[in-house]
Amino acid sequence: MIEVALDILSWILLCLGGAFVLIGGIGALRLPNFYTRLHAASLTETMATILIFTGLIIQAGPSLAALKLVAIMVFLLLTAPTASYALANAALQSGVRPAADKRDGEL
Amino acid sequence: MIPCASIILAENRDMTTKHHTTPLQILGTFFVLMISWLVWSGLYKPLLIALGVFSCLLSLWLAQRTGFFGHAIPFRSLLRLPALWYWLLKEVVKSSIDVARIVLSPSLPISPELVELTTTEKTDAGKVILGNSITLSPGTVTIDVDEDRLLVHCLTTESADALRSGEVERRTARLEIT
Repeated sequence: MIEVALDILSWILLCLGGAFVLIGGIGALRLPNFYTRLHAASLTETMATILIFTGLIIQAGPSLAALKLVAIMVFLLLTAPTASYALANAALQSGVRPAADKRDGEL
Repeated sequence: MIPCASIILAENRDMTTKHHTTPLQILGTFFVLMISWLVWSGLYKPLLIALGVFSCLLSLWLAQRTGFFGHAIPFRSLLRLPALWYWLLKEVVKSSIDVARIVLSPSLPISPELVELTTTEKTDAGKVILGNSITLSPGTVTIDVDEDRLLVHCLTTESADALRSGEVERRTARLEIT
């Protein structure tokens, strides 16, 4: 009984994760410019990562594989924002201007 | 119109800082690396363990070269990490649903905005944690860091306002309170 419930839960998480990857992809196509597209990409790299890995961890059950999955998830969640920053900063340095509607006053 | 040069906060800043590395730091890091190797590999043959020792030493040398030991955060900060992660998880779920709704709505209701945050974080590690925490939740991306200022690109005015309330900043600052 509990196995079935866990199985259903993990599949719900995996499907939700897949849906977020899809939405991220749609966002990357629909959003108008580089910086806004970055937000769609971060949808796949954080939310989808968490959902898919949690689903996989439940599938793996209490084992070394589950521990490794937790480690991979933590590594991904630590490196993904760093990669986003590197990408955004590289664009900024090479002169891609963020097309913002308004901007805070200079400090 | 703001010229692009004014947006770029820092360029080619000299990142190398001299720092004395204590033997305890090196030994501790080696210990953690070696435990990870043993757990991940699960094979305890002499050749593989020797390769593990070699890899760990190589990693230590690279870490030393990149100035890792000069920027290490204190151990007690690590103990406070779960509280921050729990809060971040809630934020990620909330903002993911917001961004997903924006992406899927036919009118694409975005209102991109740049926010310049001033942080009280003193250490480089603290700034990295703050910057990454901001980037982690969809809808806000840190695009530049200089001294005590962070430049953040926000997808909507609401996400920009949430950022200005300074809650992320308060939460990450709690890591460093002794």
